[in-house]
Amino acid sequence: MIKLLVDNWSAFISGFGWTVLSSLLALFFSLIIGSLFAILEVMPSKVARVIGNVYVEVFRNIPLLVITMFFYLVITLYVVKINGFTAGTIGLTIYTSAFIAETVRSGINSVDVGQMEAARAQGMTFWQAMQNVVLPQAFKLVIPPLGNQFINLVKNSSVLAFVAGFDLMYQGNAIASTTFETVNTYVVVGLFYLVITLPISYYMQHLERKLA
Amino acid sequence: MQNWIDAYSWINIRFLLQGLEITILISVISVVLSFIFGSVLGIIRYAKIPYFSRIIGFIIDVIRNLPLLLIIFFTYFGLPAFGFKPDTIPAAILAMTVFESMMIAEIIRSGILAVDIGQMEASRAMGMKMGQAMWHVVLPQAYKKMIPALVSQFISLIKDTSLATIIVVPELMQHGQVVYGQNPNYIIPVFVAMAIMYFVVCYALSLLSKVIDRRMA
Repeated sequence: MIKLLVDNWSAFISGFGWTVLSSLLALFFSLIIGSLFAILEVMPSKVARVIGNVYVEVFRNIPLLVITMFFYLVITLYVVKINGFTAGTIGLTIYTSAFIAETVRSGINSVDVGQMEAARAQGMTFWQAMQNVVLPQAFKLVIPPLGNQFINLVKNSSVLAFVAGFDLMYQGNAIASTTFETVNTYVVVGLFYLVITLPISYYMQHLERKLA
Repeated sequence: MQNWIDAYSWINIRFLLQGLEITILISVISVVLSFIFGSVLGIIRYAKIPYFSRIIGFIIDVIRNLPLLLIIFFTYFGLPAFGFKPDTIPAAILAMTVFESMMIAEIIRSGILAVDIGQMEASRAMGMKMGQAMWHVVLPQAYKKMIPALVSQFISLIKDTSLATIIVVPELMQHGQVVYGQNPNYIIPVFVAMAIMYFVVCYALSLLSKVIDRRMA
């Protein structure tokens, strides 16, 4: 197993790098998009709430693979030629943003409604109150669930393998099919994933216990 | 427009629905098995048996934090090295069950933890054994609390069966690829049809969970 790791070190590390990069990019963008849709869902306007709701329910209830393959095939066919990495990251972002929207929305809802009312009574607009009063409190509440979302994101980034996204899973498959050492290769790939996900998972458990 | 009409011929739609059937079959078998194994593992982890619970807990954490896709690959391409070569559908069910059992174990454990400790103490004080108290008093209350989490886990399981397309399990995603493989003009219509099928099943389940949750509250 060590020989396999040493022989294919650069492939493993580059796969690991692409996996981390894709996860971080998707996290960054899905935080922004997710928060926007979460705010839409709690806005006074009914139209805004419906739009927010539809987005969240649609993308939460369709498999990530369907979303990713759709963007990969359709954008490449009709819009512009993109590589698997870009398509995969777009798919990941859209899928994850729906879950983050749901998490952030429940965070916003658990902030006492008096906070918003008091801020509005002080003369703030809805957006000012949201940005300066409600969201900072909501984000504090949703840090542990967001951590879990990030773990899911890292695991889900393995769908990049379907669209040749150069990620860890893709490299692992390439190595497994050339060396025929399937068991060892998949164990090494698994260890690379665990290096990221397990520490975060334990840290989040610790954080949840501390906050509870 | 003609593309859409051609893509939605009865033969194609029937083929997609046959895929959906396999998707649901794999999901239901996996969820039933995972529920049983997950309950046992979750209770073992909760029970804090010296060493044993720790080891089980660590295994749960490791498998939970791996991508399901990796587990599917391992089951289908790795297990033959140990002399066990499952067919595609059994391999998918095995991989899903291993992964989902760990997810459900965690749900079960936190569900049990959420039941007031006084319930267990009171039952023990009434002279019940640990197992009796667990079975008759704690678990019924815990399962009630876990329904939303269990249903949403079931929904992600249904969505995750699409990953099994990589080992050519004849489920919905795989059948979709066969249909749009005939003609690139079918890509958008087929994806829309697949998305609707997954959505209807998953969204119906999430509505059901909301109804049950409201009834129980």
